Amino acid sequence: MDNILSIVTFIPAVAALIMALFLRGDDEAARKNAKWIAMFATSATFLASLFILSGFDSSNTEFQMVEQASWLMGLQYKMGVDGISILFVMLTTFMMPLVIAASWNVEVRVKEYMIAFLMLETLMLGVFMALDLVLFYVFFEAGLIPMFLIVGIWGGANRIYASFKFFLYTLLGSVLMLVAMVGMYADAGTTDIAKLLVHEFSYGSFELLGVQVVGGMQTLMFLAFFASFAVKMPMWPVHTWLPDAHVQAPTAGSVVLAAILLKMGGYGFLRFSLPMFPVGSDVLAPMVLWMSAIAIVYTSLVALVQEDMKKLIAYSSVAHMGFVTMGIFTANQQGIDGAIFQMISHGFISGALFLCVGVIYDRMHTRDIDAYGGLVNRMPAFALIFMLFTMANVGLPGTSGFVGEFLTLVAIFQVNTWVAAVATTGVIFSAAYALWLYRRVVMGDLIKESLKTISDMTTRERAIFAPLIVMTILLGVYPALVLDIIGPSVTALVTNYDKALAAADAVTQVASQ
Amino acid sequence: MSADLSIILPEILLSLFAIFALLGGVYTGKDGVASTLVWMTSAVMIVLAAWIGLSGEGTNVAFNGMFVDDGFARFSKVVVLLSAAAVLIMGEGYMRTRGLLRFEYPILIALSAVGMMMMVSAGDLMSLYMGLELQSLALYVVASLRRDSVKSTEAGLKYFVLGALSSGLLLYGASLVYGYAGTTVFSGIIQTAVHGEVSLGLLFGLIFLISGLAFKVSAVPFHMWTPDVYEGAPTPVTAFFATAPKMAAMCLFARVMHDAFGGAVADWQQIVALLSLLSMFLGAVAAIGQTNIKRLMAYSSIAHMGYALMGLAAGTVLGVEAMLVYMAIYITMNIGTFAFILLMEKDGQPVTDIASLNMYAIAQPGRAFAMLVLLFSLAGVPPMLGFFGKLYVLRAAYDAGLAWLAIAGVIASVIGAFYYLRIVFYMYFGEEQADGLDVNKSPILWGFLMASAAIMVFGIINMFGVEAAATAAAATLVN
Repeated sequence: MDNILSIVTFIPAVAALIMALFLRGDDEAARKNAKWIAMFATSATFLASLFILSGFDSSNTEFQMVEQASWLMGLQYKMGVDGISILFVMLTTFMMPLVIAASWNVEVRVKEYMIAFLMLETLMLGVFMALDLVLFYVFFEAGLIPMFLIVGIWGGANRIYASFKFFLYTLLGSVLMLVAMVGMYADAGTTDIAKLLVHEFSYGSFELLGVQVVGGMQTLMFLAFFASFAVKMPMWPVHTWLPDAHVQAPTAGSVVLAAILLKMGGYGFLRFSLPMFPVGSDVLAPMVLWMSAIAIVYTSLVALVQEDMKKLIAYSSVAHMGFVTMGIFTANQQGIDGAIFQMISHGFISGALFLCVGVIYDRMHTRDIDAYGGLVNRMPAFALIFMLFTMANVGLPGTSGFVGEFLTLVAIFQVNTWVAAVATTGVIFSAAYALWLYRRVVMGDLIKESLKTISDMTTRERAIFAPLIVMTILLGVYPALVLDIIGPSVTALVTNYDKALAAADAVTQVASQ
Repeated sequence: MSADLSIILPEILLSLFAIFALLGGVYTGKDGVASTLVWMTSAVMIVLAAWIGLSGEGTNVAFNGMFVDDGFARFSKVVVLLSAAAVLIMGEGYMRTRGLLRFEYPILIALSAVGMMMMVSAGDLMSLYMGLELQSLALYVVASLRRDSVKSTEAGLKYFVLGALSSGLLLYGASLVYGYAGTTVFSGIIQTAVHGEVSLGLLFGLIFLISGLAFKVSAVPFHMWTPDVYEGAPTPVTAFFATAPKMAAMCLFARVMHDAFGGAVADWQQIVALLSLLSMFLGAVAAIGQTNIKRLMAYSSIAHMGYALMGLAAGTVLGVEAMLVYMAIYITMNIGTFAFILLMEKDGQPVTDIASLNMYAIAQPGRAFAMLVLLFSLAGVPPMLGFFGKLYVLRAAYDAGLAWLAIAGVIASVIGAFYYLRIVFYMYFGEEQADGLDVNKSPILWGFLMASAAIMVFGIINMFGVEAAATAAAATLVN
């Protein structure tokens, strides 16, 4: 299995191609076939990805299972995984069958829908495995196309605004990264990520348009990458596309968006910004930390007043991503461990929350919080599951949500106490909005006429949630499952980062003497 | 002498073909032969392209340096001939059903192709002008091919008047260059045009030359004719305007800049960079409000010329290579896009309003998807080939120290993405409506559309060897 990574990446694309070429008609049978092909392909991808996990040696911090072939323009087709990326690959392959299962009720243009999701899976997997700058960029950007179509075709009433905003916002963010990538190619003479990781980009300060740029090229490159990843993440204040996209996207689209697409930003910070531009990161880290703290508090407060359930969860996602960026830019072991853990756990939790909204949306066709109330009377199973994930979202100990938040807060406390103090209040706010949402939707008496006939979750719906529940609790009580895999790679990352900073410090001191 | 003639044999053959076809057409006096003539002309062009592409080697100079046959010229000629042949074949059905297929049409296209071949091989200001005028005169006529349409005649007239003006600018520039360099041969001019020693008169000549050339590639601020001519001319003619002449003009631009002024890159780099910047932004912004797809494509081509000029502005081998790759990709995309536009019909009449594409994806999923691929490619979104064209020019610009131009270019590409997305929006997100477009069953157009889209997707694997050819071609121009 020399090219297991390519196999895993391209199984969904091949299935999509087969579906596009050979599946004809739009009758009941064709729709069923499309769904089953998609289900089969995503499950096969998940099973194949287990080989990656089993073959992965977590004590080795190098890239593993590397595949390499030459490509256009002297670029490389190079794929590989290390401790930082492998869990994102697993998260993607794990979530996709659930996403397809959650789309079982789609009846409009089913074939195209499944093709879009399958292509999206290939592109997302490619992002996490690519070891060439341009290859990464290709996967990273190409993912916009299927997502644009998913929101635009199968979305809600205001889908066109949301899809254009999503596309143009993220495109604008990433084209600057493209220029920086071209610059890195010019500087290092290679686009191989493994080589770029050991290349030292210049950090001598210079003046640009009359402004002194501390950290020189590294700072500029950091900013260009930051523009892309901050939008993708999304960080305050460039998060505004996310609530729109989430609200308008179909349930499955929201799940993919929250569970996987947002993680590309965090992954990008860990793969590029921190290790390649350590001086730039160090210069701008205080800014990023404060932005994260503001994001946590501000978006939590915004979530508090939302009347649309999806919007509320979308804002809560932004707040949780704030913990991630904060953890990453503390640049210590706990912080980065916590950030990766938080991303993985947020993938399960936010995905499950959007699925919960999907469950009741399928029945009532509204996402207004006011339209619900007292669901516990007719939907006990739903109430239980929704409660579990609400608690996980709050960060209750024993669920996976706690571990990530705790680790990042421990880390930030060592770096900047004030940011830590502000961010911690966010935990309280998150409890406030999550519990209040739960209270308004599930608790109380069932007085609304329209809800009197609502039915509890079907077996299919329960089956979708089962794996998510298992993962959330398992990671909550035994986080070592994740931390053992990422630990050595994170240690290496932090060590290299500190070494690079120390070297840069030494150089600057010599220069100033 | 015979050696000189053998070097320009392809041009002679194509001219002879055009003359005999003209004689034949005049003697039979019928437009009925036009259909056959279109196919014959295309066949001749394809054969010539294959011959030039496969047989030529080395750099050959004819007529005391007036005509240069090198790798760069051959690359351009192959692209020009193939795209002209493709557009002729594509437009045949459209012209025939609308009674526009006169026998002069393929002959004029062939003559303008001869002009383009002269242009890209020009080694002297005189042969430059000769090729340029031969090309332009044929184009003025085909622009107004639809004699009974006000818009078409207006397009032809506008093109002619502004074209004459730009030729005047170019000639004035050429006379200044001759006056201050003492020669019209590029290899002579380059001796005098060395950076730091370029006299003011020569600089003026250079600027006028660039203005004239910028008109031909429709770079801002010499672009005004483009939307009107694109809109007014019959669609197959528009398709032709958007492809082969752009390639020829861009290559001529590159040749003049490098062969004649290669020693003074710093003197023209800023001008070309400015042209590039303005074209990219105007093309991106002005297309937003367009509802006519032909006008939209006109602005799109202006923006694309801006990116190609970015490669040229780099002034390096890499820059020329990027420009060639970019143009080859641009032409392939445009052939597919115009095949799609030719397919747009309602009740037998051509439609150009983009709103008529409403929910085209339901009626024609295959075609809509091919167009989707082409649109994302035009917008430069990966993984389509159009992205790699942009990456090429960005890299060339960055390497040449034009990072600001690269940043401006990517920002313009985001603005430009909006109007391509708008067509996707009509095709995929619109409202259901009762009467959509006709189902045009032309297998030729369908074939071109699908082939072009397939190249945009699968070309990213190795670009079908175009990359290596462009590298070799660029190396012969810049040394």
